This record gives sequence, C-alpha cells and structure tokens, in this order.
Amino acid sequence: MTDTDPIPYVDYLDLSGEPQLVTQACTQCGAQFFGRRNACAACSATTFVEKPVQRTGHISSFTIVSGKTPYVSAIVDCAGVSVRATVINVEADADHVHLAMPVQLTTYSAGHDADGREAIGYAFEPQTTAEETSI
Amino acid sequence: MSDPIWIIGSNMTKFGKHPELDIIDLAAEASLAALADSSMAMTDIDVLAVGNLMNASASVGQQLQKQIGQTGIPVFNVANACATGATALRVAIMAIQAGQAEVGMAVGVEKLSGMGLLSGPPEAPRGDTWEPRGRVGALGPTEGHIGTDIMPGVFAQIGMEYGHTYGEVSFDLFARISEKNHAHSTLNPLAAYQKRFTLDEIKNDVMIAYPNTRPMCSGNCDGAAAMIVMSDERKQSLPSEVARRAVKIAASVLTSDPYTPGCQVLPDINTLTRNAANQAYEAAGIGPEDLDLVELHDCFATAELVHYDNLMLCEPGEAVSFFESGAPWRDGALPVNVSGGLQSKGHPIGATGIANIHEIVCHLRGEAGDRQIEGARVGLAHVIGLGSACGVHILQQAS
Ligand SMILES: [Zn+2]
Repeated sequence: MTDTDPIPYVDYLDLSGEPQLVTQACTQCGAQFFGRRNACAACSATTFVEKPVQRTGHISSFTIVSGKTPYVSAIVDCAGVSVRATVINVEADADHVHLAMPVQLTTYSAGHDADGREAIGYAFEPQTTAEETSI
Repeated sequence: MSDPIWIIGSNMTKFGKHPELDIIDLAAEASLAALADSSMAMTDIDVLAVGNLMNASASVGQQLQKQIGQTGIPVFNVANACATGATALRVAIMAIQAGQAEVGMAVGVEKLSGMGLLSGPPEAPRGDTWEPRGRVGALGPTEGHIGTDIMPGVFAQIGMEYGHTYGEVSFDLFARISEKNHAHSTLNPLAAYQKRFTLDEIKNDVMIAYPNTRPMCSGNCDGAAAMIVMSDERKQSLPSEVARRAVKIAASVLTSDPYTPGCQVLPDINTLTRNAANQAYEAAGIGPEDLDLVELHDCFATAELVHYDNLMLCEPGEAVSFFESGAPWRDGALPVNVSGGLQSKGHPIGATGIANIHEIVCHLRGEAGDRQIEGARVGLAHVIGLGSACGVHILQQAS
C-alpha cells in the first residue's frame, strides 16, 4: 500500500484484492469477531487468525432508520457469520427490503481527506448476478 | 433453600415531566413514601442501593442521604443500563442474603424529559486527515455507514430477527402490541401518557426506525421508585398490619449476556433473558403457567414480542400466536404490562427496574385500583439493559 492508495473505512475491510471483510477467528474455538481483540469472548484464548467472510449472504434482520435520508441497516448472514451493514442501491422502504433477501458485499467512496486520500466503506446491495439470484 | 426476602414498602412517583424537581427531589419523594409505606425510618435501614444512569459518577445515593437521613450506612451507587433499578434492588437483596443487613432500601431515579434519542458521549472532533479510531479502526462515524446503533433501530432488528427465525411478523403486529399497552395505560394514573391510540394512529405516527413508530418507543420521562426489603427473620417482629402487606420475593436474578455467535454484531437479548427466567422459575419453584401477571421490558413494541418467548410465556417460536390469542391483554389469560409498559408509563431508566416490580407489588397487595388484576397472587417483573444486563424478579403474595 502506498500513501495514495484508498484506505478502508474500518480495519476489517480488506482492500488488498477483491474487497472482502475479514474476521479475527479464535484459534482455539473458532469464534469469529470484527475488530481488535484482547481475548476470545467465547473461550478466553488469545490467539486469532484472519478469516475472510463470504461476500454474499441474506438479510436475517433489518430496520429502516428514518431521517432526512432514511437508510437501511441490516444484519446479513454470510454463511453463518453475522455482519452488520448498511444496505445500499435499494429503495429504503419496506416494499423493497425484506427478510431473507439475498445480498452481496459492495464498496462505496466515503470521501477524501485534506491530503486527497480516499476512504472506502463497505455495504451490502441486492444480489445481481444470475447464479446468485436463482437461489 | 434460603429464607425468603420480603418487600415491605414500595412506592413510585408519577412518571412524566417534572421540570420543577431535580433527581434528588424525585428520589426523596419515592424513598420517604416507601419508608412510610413500611412504617420504617432511615435509622432502620442497614444498606442503601441507588440506581441512576445519567449521573452515574455523582454519588446520587449520598446526595439523597443528605436530604433524607445521613445515618452512615454503606451506599452502593449502581449503573447497569436500563437494568439499573433492578440492579440496585438486587444489591440490597444480596446484602440481606449475605447476612450483612436486615433491612435494605433500593432507589432508582432518572430525569430524561426532552432528551430525545439517547446516545453515548459525543465523539471528539476529528482532524482533516483520516485517523482510524476505536475497536474497528473507523475513519468516521459508524452510524449510517455500518448499519445502526440507535436504540429504536437495534430493537427493531431484534424484533425482525424473531420474524426471520420463526415466521411471520409484520408492522401491523408490532403496532397492535403497542395498541394494547397504550390501552392499558388509561387505567394507570402514574403513567406518563394515558392516551389510548387507535391502531391507525400508531401506524401513521412518525416512523422512527421501521417498524417502530413514535408511540411504539418508550417515552423519555422523569421519575423515581423506591423499595424497602427485609430479611425473613426481621419480618417476624413486624406488627401484623405491616406484615400483612408484605410481598415475598420468590426469586431475584440478574444475568449478563453469555457469548453466542453474532452477539457482538446484533446484541442477543434473548439468551440472557431466557437464562434469567429459567433461574428465577427454578428458585421460586413455580413455572410460567403459575403467573397471574407480567411486567416485561417493552422498551420498543418489537422487544415485547421476543420476551413473550424468552420468559417462556408461550412455547418456543409461538410468541405471535400468544399475542394473537389475546392472552397478554388485561382481560386475557396472562396479562402483560397492565401498567401501560414503558411505551406509555414511561422509561426513566434508573427507576424503570424498580417501578415494574412496584406494579406487581400493587396487584399482589390488591391495591392497584382500577387496573387491579383480580385475585393476582404471583407476578413476574423483567428488565433488560443493552450491554447487556437482565433482571427477573418473581413476587408472591404472603400466604
Ligand atoms: Zn475462542
């Protein structure tokens, strides 16, 4: 990474290749967490390995937060790993978002800082590819 | 089995807006009334536990003593999110169980009127270049960027998750749960809001976080509640007119959230509630089928639904049909939140966990006035604070 590469909005978004989310997986019990750890909440072990999260999943819960620009917050089940995310590229209303809806990871620009460096955030969006929507 | 502990005095202030009173005024009003209710004085109290969230570092317990009686007893100032009041009571009960006190007082108080959506302290200003911060190294605010952290949104997701696990939930269903509690509140003169809403009024009100509209959210308000608890041995020496109104604490349980997968992404408020309920039923030697009424933590309409299941008022997965059967209405098989619940009685956080126990006490004493559940002998009070903490108390009429 150079000083001009975009940087991830949170440290568990890995932009080194195709964007993906990465958990800290406990080497003793396998529990997966996002973000910096002191120890495992399930078994108290202190060693972790990075483990990528599947890029597709389904909405296991959601809400639509009202305001000037309403947004969809969802819990996305990515092959057993729960991810909290905003859902974008969809109308933010209950006619367009539903439980069990298939979604996929996407990224967006979160803006540039004073040095002109871009931050990249993650979100989920409705699945678009044929193979995934056929589920 | 250890000797029971008794509630011998109980009181709550009117919940609502009290612009002329500070938190110590409110706490003093409830405390002095609870003392009078128990025919006790501050000099009888061996331990004081005081719950308040918004001024958690202000030694509210000692401030209260300076207004109503500085007797030198140990004071425990506690904060435990929305379970703060129940935690204060739990502390007083544990002191008695440990043999360190015979008579304890627990007080909960809060002033929240006009505070709007509650959130943590404001984030320190950021510079003009990206700077990772916090556990996930966020470059900016997470709200809206990584879903939501606001309470109505978190609890909306908790209710919707139940629907994903067990089947049909709907905006209409959650609105009807709220309709019930607002209807119940019309009989409670201490409730902050006593307005009966039509279903359409609830659904057409301001949407806060789908599916929770404004009347489906607990109301920020001011209030206090206080309770005097006593050992079984000391109770033997009470005059009969005081002992007659004593209410038995058949179970007092406090739990935190054990690890479950995903619980650090969306709080799991289910497992710790179910654990607390199981422990409480076992300690009390009774089951949910023995309950005459329940006050549960309906901080949002979406939360009430999941707690029917968590408290085992229905079979697993059957919360929707439990509600649809009419059971939780005040004339139903198992009345839930006949006080109006947090949605209409109000939710002054520190006071809530004692106030819901006070509601059960009123019914078991036969002193609940127009909203009395006739013949009530056993009741359960539940609170949950995100973070998480869950308090469950089962009360029984003195036999
Ligand atoms: Zn582990």
